[in-house]
This record gives sequence, structure tokens and C-alpha cells, in this order.
Amino acid sequence: MTGGAIAIRQRSIIPGFGLSLGVMLSYLGLIVIIPLCVLLLKASDAGWAKIWMELSSLRTLAAFRVSFGIAFLAAAFNAVFGFIVAWVLVRYEFLGRRLIDAMIDLPFALPTAVAGISLTQIYAENGWLGAALATGGIKVAFTPLGILVALAFVGLPFVVRTVQPVLQDFDRETEEAGALLGASRWNIVRRVVFPPLVPAVMTGFTLAFARGIGEYGSVIFIAGNMPGYSEIVPLLIVIKLEQFDYPGATVIASLMLVASFVLLLAINLLQAWTRRQQGG
Amino acid sequence: MVDHASSTLTASLQGSARRPLPLTESAGTRTALIAIALGFLLLSLLLPLIVVFAEALRLGFGSYWAAIGEPEALAAVRLTMLTALTVVPLNAIFGVAAAWAITKFQFAGKNLLITLVDLPFSVSPVIGGMVFVLLFGLQGVFGPWLAAHDIKIIFAIPGVIIATLFVTLPFVARELIPLMQKQGTEYEEAALMLGANGWQTLFRVTLPNIKWGLLYGLLLCNGRAIGEFGAVAVVSGHIVGLTTTMPLYIEVLYNDFNFAAAFAVASLLTLIAFATLILRAILEWRADWQLARSRLH
Amino acid sequence: MRGLALAGVLAAVFACGNPLEVAHADTTLLNASYEPTRRFYSDLNKAFAARWQADQGEKIALYQSHAGSGAQARSVSFGLEADVVTLALAYDIDAIAERAKLLPRDWQKRLPNNSAPYTSTIVFLVRKGNPKQIRDWPDLAREGVGVVTANPKTSGGARWNYMAAWGYALRLHDNDEGRARDLLAHIYRNAPVLDTGSRGATITFTRRGIGDVLIAWENEALLVAREISPGDFEVVVPSVSILAEPPVAVMDKVVDKRGTRKAAEAYLNFLYTPGSQQLAAKHYYRPRLQEATEGFFDRFAQLQLINIEDFGGWAKAYQTHFADGGIFDQIYRPGS
Repeated sequence: MTGGAIAIRQRSIIPGFGLSLGVMLSYLGLIVIIPLCVLLLKASDAGWAKIWMELSSLRTLAAFRVSFGIAFLAAAFNAVFGFIVAWVLVRYEFLGRRLIDAMIDLPFALPTAVAGISLTQIYAENGWLGAALATGGIKVAFTPLGILVALAFVGLPFVVRTVQPVLQDFDRETEEAGALLGASRWNIVRRVVFPPLVPAVMTGFTLAFARGIGEYGSVIFIAGNMPGYSEIVPLLIVIKLEQFDYPGATVIASLMLVASFVLLLAINLLQAWTRRQQGG
Repeated sequence: MVDHASSTLTASLQGSARRPLPLTESAGTRTALIAIALGFLLLSLLLPLIVVFAEALRLGFGSYWAAIGEPEALAAVRLTMLTALTVVPLNAIFGVAAAWAITKFQFAGKNLLITLVDLPFSVSPVIGGMVFVLLFGLQGVFGPWLAAHDIKIIFAIPGVIIATLFVTLPFVARELIPLMQKQGTEYEEAALMLGANGWQTLFRVTLPNIKWGLLYGLLLCNGRAIGEFGAVAVVSGHIVGLTTTMPLYIEVLYNDFNFAAAFAVASLLTLIAFATLILRAILEWRADWQLARSRLH
Repeated sequence: MRGLALAGVLAAVFACGNPLEVAHADTTLLNASYEPTRRFYSDLNKAFAARWQADQGEKIALYQSHAGSGAQARSVSFGLEADVVTLALAYDIDAIAERAKLLPRDWQKRLPNNSAPYTSTIVFLVRKGNPKQIRDWPDLAREGVGVVTANPKTSGGARWNYMAAWGYALRLHDNDEGRARDLLAHIYRNAPVLDTGSRGATITFTRRGIGDVLIAWENEALLVAREISPGDFEVVVPSVSILAEPPVAVMDKVVDKRGTRKAAEAYLNFLYTPGSQQLAAKHYYRPRLQEATEGFFDRFAQLQLINIEDFGGWAKAYQTHFADGGIFDQIYRPGS
């Protein structure tokens, strides 16, 4: 709370509304709004028959199944392990904790193409881990499992980074109260600590999921790219562009755009929920 | 009062209890969780890093330097740097303007605007490149006009820059908006009442206050600009030595079976990623310190 | 402090060369090519730059863009400003002439040998030991054989693959089109994925370990079997294949606008010189110039080659097979 100055509450005392809003809107308009509108317009130009044909084709449906399905699994995987990592980083002290904390953002900072070739090198049948897995009959690279590995990599920081601040600000007194009342540690964690963290975990999950469905660079090297089996939606869009099938590409891209928008709204709502939990 | 009472109670209970209160997990559980977390992180983070450098040096140091010194590799580095140097300042200006508009004023539709700013972040980068092909490609909306005036955007460097501009647009704004929201308008109002004009307020009051958040945003924006792949792949035309950024050049090398060379270029990008992480940690440390200091006032 | 940092960054940028200047060269040429030619043109461009420097006394910078031949043709038609194109088949260059009018319709007569300085053909690449016993085209239609080939809609090599198979099928079934279709349908049913370009297909087969046989350009197959992964793969030569003539052409409109006609024409003529012909043979292309390439002929198998003219030329073949709704569309159903 700032003490002091006698604040005469005049809303318009701060200048620059017109300029800042103007800059913001023109920039957004030129770079984001107009291009995306053109996309939607071109898609609708294709006509209902083509739109239906495109969206109902087996190949498109399979690609959506692959992209959304595997992104969901990867995000779930990251929710579990991300939670553990966040817990360990916040609650425990151990050698190298700060260093490891800094490294969590690596998947975020590393270019996707680098992640792609690196992961492929690890999980290919003659690769660093792939060789061992192959003797056990498990093929990772060039199968949907490879896509899962890649999406799990790029989504790793999201849950950790959404849970950490909530966990850090967590009021330990409730835990102490629970302990005083005789609850076991497991019950305390399950019923006192975990519930307020759920919004944060879900926010992280949704962020990882949204990232996963659109991911391109890290996936195309390690995926088999086989239609109907290991072909992701962004790759399908690129293939259609290379065939200059603009109607097909725009229709599929528009559907992805709508999905991204919906996920964004979900994320905003979840973040608001998280803030309410923290404040409340 | 309540705090004092309960902690005294806790202390006395602990002193006289036959077993300690479960305020944290058992040592066994703790060790197990740490082991799981570290094992997981080792596998998912450390291993890829090791692999990049190991593969880059597979054919020896001489090969490594040769790969990086190739004119096409240097051209890729130049293009990547040019893109970052263009895109980051532009998005910084946008970020400050957007944060100013949203956090210093009240008006309807803020949520919609914030969603629009976030949109490039959640949309697939392939779509980010594709929309500009639809706009500026010869078959696109402005195609004929651009061709008539001999302006090349798609399949040329401007296309690469615009596509990168799209995908990196949110980064600075996303850092500044919550930060400036938290800071409120008191400082600016005080400055204005003391006679400063708008620009003086911006440069002498606001910017210093958001210094660390701004630098943070610039860092993230820069990292993404350097590493962008999907959006640029769609617009570039793959002219090696001209419109291939470093990530695209990696793909070119990889697809021509030059694996060691691809990893050599990848190692450069990895080093940049490292630098980004270190700078980020430093900024976080400084920002915490800054915030702690400001609370004392 | 901040000024120093900024100065440091700018110094680093310009140390790598002026980012806005394309190259310290007086002339630049862009060659839009198809996928497998990357190494060949990498070497050839160095040789040409040296020759140009010697003859003209000035530097020339040569740039390459590689993609599937059909996709590349469209890119060039839609704004990729290439001075020359070196594509997989004449039809793609015809399409550029038709669509974008960047060169005259009779372009193919302007250079010797139908504007194709080298030729190639279609062969099979199989894994070490040939475990599935692939010997000839019918083996590709067998149950349980995974066939890797590229997408004829975007790749030139893929269209040569298809026509070679078609040619064989017609011969086998005495020109019965229905049974020929069946054979091709079975072959494509065995194809789990169609890459956009022939190099993509090669990578799918060799790196991703998908499939049992790759239908490939002869030069791709030899490159892999002899240089990239010697010992891991074998080349199998079918009984019948097709003479593939990848042509080259100057993009008239572009070179006249950029003032690079002299350089572009010199570049393409350079492809026919003994030195370049040897380079082509080194990169597993079949050179036109027999004399200069004596030492390389042992690497090329002797096989029966049909010609695209047997099918009425590419225009007719494209219309019948690869146009929308053509025979290829009828027999190939991806993702099912």
C-alpha cells in the first residue's frame, strides 16, 4: 500500500491512451487480425462441399486424432511428472537445486529443430536409448510413441512453472493444523495441499496441450509421418500447401485456429480460477 | 496473535510428543521423489543436450569448424541475427504500447485484446507462416500488386521476418501486462502531478520500473525469434544461403545426410539457449532483489 | 554500459558479413532444382564459379533451392525468382511456361539432348541381404511388402517411378489397361507413406526404417548404397525401367529482368562440358558425353529402357494419370 500522496482520482490524468491503443490496434490488426481473417475467408471461399470433404476425409480425421490424442497424453504425462518436479523444487533442498530450476525452461528456450534431431538421435533404433529399447521390442522413433516423446519434451516446463508459484505461496499453517489434528502426511497432502493446486495443474496441462497440438519442428523429425498413423495436423497442412491445395490447407488450418482460440479461452478461465484460489 | 499461539502449541507438542508431527514427508518418500524428479529431468533435459554436442563432434573438431565455417552456415547465422535484430525491437515497442494501453486505462474489451495478443502464442507456427503466404504470395490477396511493383516478400527475406514477427509478437506484452497491472498507476500519476509530460513519465518513471520484466520479455522474444522453424519453413522457399535461417539450415543438412554438420549448427543454437537460460536466471534473481528492495519503502 | 553492449552485438553481426548484402559478388544466380541434386549442384556450382571468375574476371554467387519437382515448378510459377530451373521432367517446365509464361513453349529445343545434359533411370533399393527377395516389379505388389516411393503430385521422381511401373505392367499384360491398373493399385496399397520429394522418400526408407523396398532414382540408390550407408543397402535393377531425362532451362523473363541472361546461359552450357559430365557421372547420373566419362560406366547397369514417348509424351501421360481424378487418384487412397 502506498501511503502518502493525496490522490485526486481522475481517470484521464494519464496521457497516451489514443497513441498507445492506436499503436496496439494497428500492429495487432496488421500482423494478427487481418492475416487470420484472410485465412478464415479463404477457407469459407472453398465452399461447403469442399469443407465437408476435407474435414471428413479419413486422412484428416486421423491426423486430428494423432495430434490431439497424443498431445493429450503428453500433457497428462507432464502433469504428473511436472507436479513431482515442482514439488521437489519448492519443498526440498538438495545439491544443484537452483541449477536444475534454471534448466527447467530448456525446452522453452531450445529451438524446436534442435530438439527434433536430438530426440531422433536418442530414440532411433541405433540411437543412444533406442538401441536398448529395441532389444526389448519397443520402437520409439518413427512411431506415435516418438511423437509422444517429442511433445512431452516441449511441454515439460508448463506444468512446473504454473505449479511452482502457487506451491511457493502456499500457507503452511493449514498443513500444520492438519498435522496437529492427527492426520497422516498422505492425507494432509491429498486433502489440504493438493486441492488448491488443481487449478494450477490444469492450467499447466492446458498450456502443454495447446502447445502440443500445434507443434511442428520437434515432431517431424521423429515421427514416421505416415498418413493415418503418425501424421500430425501441422504436417498435413504443410503437405497440402506444397501441393498448392490452398482450399484444403485453409480449411484444416481454420479448424486448428478455432481449437487454439477455444483453448486460449480455457486457459484464461483457468488462470483466473488459479488467482481466485490463491487470493481466496 | 493466532500465529504465535499455534506455533507455541506446535513447539510444545513436538517437545512432548512421542513421535514428530508429519510436517513433511518421510525421508524415504523425499528421497524417492527427488530421485524420480532428477531421473526424469536427467533423461528429458540433460540427455538431449549431451547428444547435440556428442553428435556434433562425432567426426572431430576439424569437421566441426569446417561445418560452421561454410559460407552457407555463416549466411544462415547472418539471416537469423538479422531476423532477431529486426523482430525484437518492433515487438518491444508493441509490447510497451499494448501494456500501457491495457494497464493504465479502463475500457471495455480488454479481455478480447489480451486474447488476441496471446493468439500467436497458441496457434501452430505453420499457420503463422501460412497466413502470410495467403496474403503476399502471388496467388494471394496482395500478390498481383506486389508483383507489379516488384516487391518480393514470400520466398525472400522479408517473408522470413514477417512470419517470425507473428510468432514472437506476444512475448514482451505477456511479460509487461501483469507486471504493470501489479504496479498500478500511482507512480505515473504522481509524476504527472509533479509536472512531467507523457513521454517523460514513460521514460523516466515507467520504463525503469518495468526494467527487469522488459528485459525478460526481450530475452524470451529473442530466443523464440532465433529458434523459429515451422512458420519460416512455410514462407522461405528454402533458398540455401539466402532464406534459410539456422533452424532451416539444420533441416537442409540433416536431409542431405550431413548429420554431424547439422548437429554442429544445432550446437550453436544450443549454446544460445544456454545463454538465454543463464541470463533469465540472473534477471529473476535481480528482479526478486529489486522487488524486495522496493517493498522497504 | 548499454551502449557498449549494443555496439558489441552489432560488431558480432557484421563480423559475419553484412547481413543485407547477399554476397560480395557482382552477379547472382538462383537455380531451382529437385531434391536429389543437392550434392551434384553443390560441386558443380563451385566449379562454375571458378570458371566464370577465370573467364569473366568477376565473382558470381550461385544459390540453390531444392524441393519436389512439381512443387518447385509451382513455386517458380508463383514467385520464386529462379534464373534457371533444373527439374526432374520436362512436363514441370512446360507447366511453368504454360502457367507463368516465364519462358517460350519451345524451350526444350534450345539445348542439346532435349535440354537434358544427363539422364537417369528408376531402380529399387532394398535392405542388406534382400530379405523379402525383391527382384522385379511384381514383387512390389506382393502381400506384406512395404513399398516406399514419393507422391506423384509433388515429386518428379515419383512420376517417373509410376510410369516405369506402368510401362512394365502394360508389357506384362499385353497392354491390358485394367490389369495394369490392378498391378499399380497393389503396389500403391503397399505404400504406407508418400513423401513430398524423392529425397524425403529416401530418408523415410533409410533413416526411418520404414518399408522393404524403395523405388528410387538410380542416382539416389547408388548414392545411398555406395556412399551414405555402404553395406546396409543393395541396389536391385528391375527388368524394365524408364529413361528419365531431367531437363534444364533458363527462365527468360527472370534473367532479362535481372540482367543475368549471359551468366544463366553460360551456366547451363557449362553442364555439357566434359568436366561437368564427369562430375555428373561421379554423382551417379548417366552422362551424355561418352568419351569423357569412360571410367564411370561400370556403375550403371544395362537394362531395358522404355521412353515416355511410348506413352504419347508427358502431356498425355500427365493428363491420363496425374491430373485431378486421373488414374493415380483412382487407385491411391491414403490414410485408410
